[in-house]
Amino acid sequence: MDPKRKSNLIVSIASGKGGTGKTTVSASLACVWKKPVLAVDLDVEEPNLHLFLNPEISHQEKIYLETPVVDESKCTLCRMCSDLCQFQAIKVMGETLLTFTEMCHGCGGCLAICPEKALSPGQRELGILSQGSSLGKISFLMGSLRVGEAMSPPLMTIVKKRMMEILGKERADAIIDAPPGVSCPAVCAVMDSDLIILVTEPTPFGFHDFRLAWESFSSMGKPMAVVINRAGLGDSSVYRFCDEKKLPILASIPYDRNIAQAYSKGQVVARLSPELEHKFSDLARELQGYDREAAYA
Amino acid sequence: MRELIVISGKGGTGKTSLTGAFAHLDREKIICDLDVDAPDLHILLSPKVILQEKFISGNEAVIDQDKCQSCGTCAEMCRYDAISFKDDKYLVEPLRCEGCKVCVSFCPEEAVEFPPRYCGNWYVSSTRFGTMVHAQLFPGAENSGRLVALLRQKARAKAKEEGRNLILCDGAPGIGCPVISSLSGTDLAVVVTEPTPSGLHDLMRVAELCSHFKIRVAVIVNKFDLNQEQTSKIQDYCRKNSHELVGNIPHDDIFTRAMVEKKVVTEIRDSNMALMVKQTWEKISDLL
Repeated sequence: MDPKRKSNLIVSIASGKGGTGKTTVSASLACVWKKPVLAVDLDVEEPNLHLFLNPEISHQEKIYLETPVVDESKCTLCRMCSDLCQFQAIKVMGETLLTFTEMCHGCGGCLAICPEKALSPGQRELGILSQGSSLGKISFLMGSLRVGEAMSPPLMTIVKKRMMEILGKERADAIIDAPPGVSCPAVCAVMDSDLIILVTEPTPFGFHDFRLAWESFSSMGKPMAVVINRAGLGDSSVYRFCDEKKLPILASIPYDRNIAQAYSKGQVVARLSPELEHKFSDLARELQGYDREAAYA
Repeated sequence: MRELIVISGKGGTGKTSLTGAFAHLDREKIICDLDVDAPDLHILLSPKVILQEKFISGNEAVIDQDKCQSCGTCAEMCRYDAISFKDDKYLVEPLRCEGCKVCVSFCPEEAVEFPPRYCGNWYVSSTRFGTMVHAQLFPGAENSGRLVALLRQKARAKAKEEGRNLILCDGAPGIGCPVISSLSGTDLAVVVTEPTPSGLHDLMRVAELCSHFKIRVAVIVNKFDLNQEQTSKIQDYCRKNSHELVGNIPHDDIFTRAMVEKKVVTEIRDSNMALMVKQTWEKISDLL
């Protein structure tokens, strides 16, 4: 995204299947990270990272998408805009040009193509961007989609731009908590990161979606590694697959009711025991090690 | 005909395991997996595909390098940063292309082609619990509300054809485009949540979305015994907002054991869980 950016590492935490522990891993990593770190919640539909990091929010702003507004006195009903629009967001009905703002993807094509300058920029609220800090040492950034808004990638793109601005100034690393799934929102979340951590559970659902995520993200050519959550549950398919594809398993969190209970109280898993803290510190060190290799490559 | 969707906001709360069990318990339904991004219901139901069709949706820009004069108009006008300049060439990155046609329309050389996008496949299958309509988007493809709408239309046609009175849908996590598309015209949304801060937070957002579309909400608290205090919070929230509480399911790895055997939990004999899930389904049926 920014060729000048060299010293910061951007790690995204993704999964395919929901509920495998992306937020658990993201929050834990942020807490044990040795260097300055920015924790970014890009699961804008259901952002949860703030529930574990409890950041103090210092800045909030509403984020908008540019959508067209029609000046009927100038419109000649030439239909150039409606012919261009691929999203049925602007249409001539009878003698009027109507906009369907909620369908608009904000491409700006109609505004650019109108020969009469009959369209001007308006806006649709996408959601809220929040910035703050947690525990005095973790910078925090999140997007929260407006309930009723269908499109998450436009808001995610704006949150990512803000992330790059912050990284440019603070020389911090970034940990991205990505949304579940393997299609456009998940791809949008991970596409600008340096490496992708796939969090999975060794169950048939976990493995199935993990494999889809691996296929989906492979085309980007970024290094991927694996964290197994709820190890001990399910079967061995995910281990066999990682072995076959030479995907390194960097950490394994046991299936343990105590961990599930701690999560249910909003606790950060890395803080539960010296063993778990150790596990996440090792994981963080391994990821930061990657940073150095990349910088010298 | 009634339509029911099982959703959750937060992923991994147990939507699919419960939908699979409900499919076992109700004999008069069409099954429909509306999580077209990372579908899992087929793992429990082992569908035999009867019909497979391509899902083609929208278009994507491709620059014809023979015609391109490298003027850069496309890259300047693209709002999705989808066009990059590498090795003296303008190239469209398919993962970033929104298919908006702006580059196609404004290229002075008419050098941008705009072929249709083949995004995935959809299927009609038979399962041991009846007919199932499902799909799989190709990895990285647009997670299309259009595909969800198409599946629902096919499921309705199938229900009519077979004389079924219920369409039982497994939904996607989140509150975005596929979930919105799966809600329109649905009779009941069953939200599966868990007693965690994330579970409650995400339940509130998805229930607000349902209310926005005037869709009735029923709530199942899965793993309710993990945190009684959080479970009470969820129950209070539901009472205040007139959402029906239809079941408390305990934390039990029997769901995973069933999954490993490619079974739904109600097919595991002599389990209390089967009974609890059955009672939950009866309460849901009463709401339909």
